[in-house]
Amino acid sequence: MAALYEGYTLCGLVPGQTLTNSGIQGIEAERDSDHVVVTDSTRSVTLYKVSDQKPLSSWTVKQGQTLTCPAVYNSQTEEYVVVSDNKVIRIWKDEDILLDKAFKATVSSDVWRVHCLPGGEPVVLFQRGAVRLLDSLLSAPQQPIEEVLAQEEAIRWSTNIVADSQQFVIFTTEQKGDSFLYLHRLNPNTLQRYRLEREEPGLSPLSFSASYRDKHICLLYLYPNGHVYQSVVSVRGLGGDEGAQALPLPRSLLLGLPVGEGLLEAASAQLLDEAHVAVVGVPHPSAGAGKDFLCIWNTNFQTLQAGKEMAGKIYGQLWTFSNKLFIPHGKTLSVIPYECPKSSLASALGKLKQAKTEGELKQMSCVPSWNNILHGDKAQPSRPAETRKTVSNFIKTKYLNFSVQTAPVEEVQREVEGLLSRADIQDLQPLVGQLASMLVSRSLADPAFYTPSTLAQLVHTQSLCHSVCPDLVLLALERRDFFLCQLCLQFFPDIPEAVTCACLKAFIRVVIKTGEEDKEKSSTPPEPICPVGLHKAVLLNEVLLTAYSDTFLLPHLKDLSSQHVVLFLQYLQFLYLKYSQDASPQMHGLRSPSLTQIMDWVCMVLDAHFTVLVMTPEAKGLLVNLHSFVKSQVRLVSELGKIEGSLQELNKMKVKKDVGQYSIEIIELF
Amino acid sequence: MGEFKVHRVRFFDYMPSAIRAMAFNSHTERLALVRADGALEIFNFADHYFQEKVIPGQDGRAVEALCWVGQRLFSAGLNGEITEYDLENLRPRYTVEAYGGPIWTIGSNKQGTLLMVGCEDGTVKMFEILKERIQFQRNLERQKGRIVSLSWHPSGTLIAAGMMDMIRIFNAETGHATHRMLVERGVGASKSREVVVWSVAFLSDYTIISGDSAGKVQIWDGLTGTLVRTHLVTKWDVLCLSVSQDESSLIAGTSEGTVVQFQFISSTVDQQEEEWVRTRTFKNHSHDVRALAHTETAVVSGGMDTQLVVRPLLDKVEKNTQESAMRKIALPHRSLVCCAKKAGLLLFQFPDHLEVWRVGESDGHGKPGDSLPVKRKPEKLIQLKGKGGDHIYSSALSPCGEWLAYSTVSSVRLYRLQYNNISITKVSKLPKDLCLGHQLCFSSDSTKLFASSRHSSVIVVALNQLECKYLHTLKPKSGSRQPVHLLCTSEDGKWLATANTDCEIHVYDLHKRKLHCTVPIYSSCPTAIAIHPTTSHLVVVHADQQIFEYSLVQKEYTEWSRKLQKQGLHSLWLERDTPVTHVTFSLKNPAHIILHDMFMFCIIDQSLPLPESKTLLYNQMTLRSLPEQERIRHSHAFKICKNFKHVMCVSLLEDHSLVVVERPLLDMMSQLPAPVRQKKFAT
Repeated sequence: MAALYEGYTLCGLVPGQTLTNSGIQGIEAERDSDHVVVTDSTRSVTLYKVSDQKPLSSWTVKQGQTLTCPAVYNSQTEEYVVVSDNKVIRIWKDEDILLDKAFKATVSSDVWRVHCLPGGEPVVLFQRGAVRLLDSLLSAPQQPIEEVLAQEEAIRWSTNIVADSQQFVIFTTEQKGDSFLYLHRLNPNTLQRYRLEREEPGLSPLSFSASYRDKHICLLYLYPNGHVYQSVVSVRGLGGDEGAQALPLPRSLLLGLPVGEGLLEAASAQLLDEAHVAVVGVPHPSAGAGKDFLCIWNTNFQTLQAGKEMAGKIYGQLWTFSNKLFIPHGKTLSVIPYECPKSSLASALGKLKQAKTEGELKQMSCVPSWNNILHGDKAQPSRPAETRKTVSNFIKTKYLNFSVQTAPVEEVQREVEGLLSRADIQDLQPLVGQLASMLVSRSLADPAFYTPSTLAQLVHTQSLCHSVCPDLVLLALERRDFFLCQLCLQFFPDIPEAVTCACLKAFIRVVIKTGEEDKEKSSTPPEPICPVGLHKAVLLNEVLLTAYSDTFLLPHLKDLSSQHVVLFLQYLQFLYLKYSQDASPQMHGLRSPSLTQIMDWVCMVLDAHFTVLVMTPEAKGLLVNLHSFVKSQVRLVSELGKIEGSLQELNKMKVKKDVGQYSIEIIELF
Repeated sequence: MGEFKVHRVRFFDYMPSAIRAMAFNSHTERLALVRADGALEIFNFADHYFQEKVIPGQDGRAVEALCWVGQRLFSAGLNGEITEYDLENLRPRYTVEAYGGPIWTIGSNKQGTLLMVGCEDGTVKMFEILKERIQFQRNLERQKGRIVSLSWHPSGTLIAAGMMDMIRIFNAETGHATHRMLVERGVGASKSREVVVWSVAFLSDYTIISGDSAGKVQIWDGLTGTLVRTHLVTKWDVLCLSVSQDESSLIAGTSEGTVVQFQFISSTVDQQEEEWVRTRTFKNHSHDVRALAHTETAVVSGGMDTQLVVRPLLDKVEKNTQESAMRKIALPHRSLVCCAKKAGLLLFQFPDHLEVWRVGESDGHGKPGDSLPVKRKPEKLIQLKGKGGDHIYSSALSPCGEWLAYSTVSSVRLYRLQYNNISITKVSKLPKDLCLGHQLCFSSDSTKLFASSRHSSVIVVALNQLECKYLHTLKPKSGSRQPVHLLCTSEDGKWLATANTDCEIHVYDLHKRKLHCTVPIYSSCPTAIAIHPTTSHLVVVHADQQIFEYSLVQKEYTEWSRKLQKQGLHSLWLERDTPVTHVTFSLKNPAHIILHDMFMFCIIDQSLPLPESKTLLYNQMTLRSLPEQERIRHSHAFKICKNFKHVMCVSLLEDHSLVVVERPLLDMMSQLPAPVRQKKFAT
């Protein structure tokens, strides 16, 4: 699982007058991963040491002049390059104190950006689309600069990338509502122009992010309707016809982010690695309509991996350097370290569910979302068709959405039932998710509204998973709808450990309330008596059966009170005894945990609460018992070890029969 | 079929010598292999890896390197001599002293005009290859430190030499060293030890590849003398390298017993640039891999553990065919055991001595599967040490057990044995003509000794109590220059058959003292021949596992043989990978032919129907489980017994008991020194 860590403030912001501007023009990497150059939107450039959270030096241009592009650091010459007033290129070194005394050169056309990659040569991109290497430009600053872009075409975003020792300048433009992508290769210079597919009319991309992998440039862009697309351009095929006409750029929908009400305004999506995208300015799926969140999404599994609320206004700016996200919000520029471990199904799921019967396996495999998502990459060509279908469904069910948001409970139930009775429920998978999250958010907002049977039906479709509507389980817990909780635990493959633990807590609490009498009865039992009622046992079993990873579960387990822990351990002990006595644990019903699952949970609970349990007098007997279990297990293993020895002897005995140097034998041939 | 009493003999302590060097001739598809005792073996890879020729070694001859120049084979060793072998007469043709101290390596240029050797004194010596001999030409610039390995660039202009701690490149014309590439030593304790560049290979694109004692395979640019890449493949030594003919693949043998393959490919898909990438690791040896050959389709390796391993590369051969099966050649393809049927004696041939044993006795009877109590233990009667440093080539014990003969490359010796109070007497006056004996054989009445000599001829010598007299020489008409490798006589003393490595089989009429007939030549080399005692049919088994029966009277293939050819042998029979090395007949039942290979012995009952392709070939277990009357319906001619493994000889004694001489590989392995230590988990 990707994770966002505790962030810290790098510097304060002086937002522009309009409040839509963060006051930061750009952040660029400096000599190493711990230094960045921050250019503000007016006059100054500041060098920060990130881990120290302090500025090392700062340079300012004169009053009346403005910086028009973020300063970059040329690591080859150890110089900074910046452009002021669109035409004046300034170059200086770390030891220069005054910018005005540094080198200056005025060029003949307006500069859009200067780009420089670590180890690469600085490249100048002009506002009219021309590209020059800085060195060759400075050799003749007044050289004529050609116009590449059409009239009314303007650059929106640009970057540069080194691919196979080839430097590329990539920029996107907008012209009368159409977006274009330009790929400019340097040395030899080639230019390729692509037209981006149109989204809904009037929408143009909010942010771009580009990366290079496997000989392909990968462009990621976010639209105000929450759609994140990815387009892949091969570096190989470049350089045929010189951008004469714009090629259509195929795209694939990576994510459909929840947008809440209205469209996104200030949002940004950044590629972190091949499977993770950081998004800022988009609502958290479980936190209402507020857009001040920073989230990491896994694009392979389309799951939310981590989220963080950012205080204050989000400007839709986001930079990432060496596992740190730089995000201006409110009046600060924050640095948030993150981690994206290699995503795999196992890590996405946590510990795999053990001891599955065949029927269960089948159930799992027919959760359609999972397979689709996993093999989605291979099925790339069919992707656009799919999205088109969902779009049409989307329109068809607009009305339904409306009714879900306003109609009374009975009507909603009827509507949803009608929808679910349709045959092509598999195709409706995105819709099911949408419906569920709408119902959940309405239920959260309106305490009188709750549709347990409808939600249960939706869960039963097995088209849902936790990341699609993360609030469902918590809602069910809140409404004490344990049946729904059970269903969710059973069908969702991706319940976070925190939620599992919350369920566990809730279940135990119920047990205590109703199970009091049971306990009194079971004092000094001749044979193990279940310390909880049957109904609660079923619920607890469901928790024991869920997938988890120890490291994530352990901290949450610590929140249990000692009283609960003792009860839970008693129950686990009961299960253990039952299982070690019974030859056929299947007798307990289909959904019962395996012995290893029980032992794992015992170990985890003990790990989490050992010191507390040692101090608790009523846990003493329990601990002694558990200790004896461990002893018996150890004894069993050592006995097995002994058997191993004798089995090996058996093996040797076969060879032992072997003849010595000489023997006279009788054989018979037939 | 019935019960057999089997003398299961495991006291033949035969121990092959470690493999020291090999060279593969891709034109003739012959692999030359030399062992630590100096013995040279030639394998024909085109004919089922049959071991065609063996030239025995010599005390004190340590061959370090082998080199084919066309059809000629040269070797050099630590005795400082270069030897050319006479592969027709199976002896060293001549030996030249190089005067440079021990020789570590030998190589030739591509044109086959020059031979070079690397010497202990730091010189690389060039010899001109003349038609009949080699002649010293010159020395290259002398270096400090021994020359351990050499490789000639295909163009002939440059020579790479592996030394201690460095590689030198010489200009072949001027003889001057042009580059000096330092090879890094190992880390840790071995830092203080000199690193030995055990092997170098000079490729046509001027890449030099080296393998050294620090466990590295290094790739160098031979033009600039710079290191391109280092692959650490083992903690121990990389002892040998071999490059495929098209220079796209390279193998390195290590002290750990592994063979590591490198291929010249692009390391990632759709990358143009090719480089040497480590691809596969084969572990077929328990000890040092000292010698390697990269044939077009296979990795051939050998070393301390004495086995020759042919491991086909699965990308070069068709999968799941006989061609793709791995072969381990652990025992020689010729008989080292001679059985005196009438006397119940066994002669074991070792490189430097002979042993005569009498098999044990038991008077008990038992059920099939039982071991009988041994009443008299087997007894070693005689151990005869070879004279002069030459190792034994061939040996024979007469059927009565009273005569023993053996030959070396230089002489034949004959002894008379007496057993009542054991004595051995050398027959001192041997006829002059009896100086060479590639194969030796006594007539069944022990009155004649046959010795195969040069150009496939056979010398016949009469034996009696008083003297040993040359009778005559039998010569084939074909004029083949190849040596005879199989020799047998008939029980009635009328016939003598020879087989040579040209695949010719000649049969002589001993009464008329002339060639009787030549069996039609078959493409595969005969591996065992025998003449039937009553019907005078010659049974021949070839390296490709085909069996022929030829009537000497009618001079044509017998009816049974034709039937067998028409129906074809069972596929499982043809898939066996060790040759039949001995054929004998049952005295009780003339329809029985007994033959064996390394993993089974088989009694062919000619009276039974041949197995069809669909029938079970190895059907003994099935037949055992059937009731008696049903067995006959299911039985076929090939009765194969797999109770015995690593069989060196199966013979039938006069009392109808079988003698099976086994040499279990495990016993051989246990005699090897300990392999290099390797860290295993939890040790």
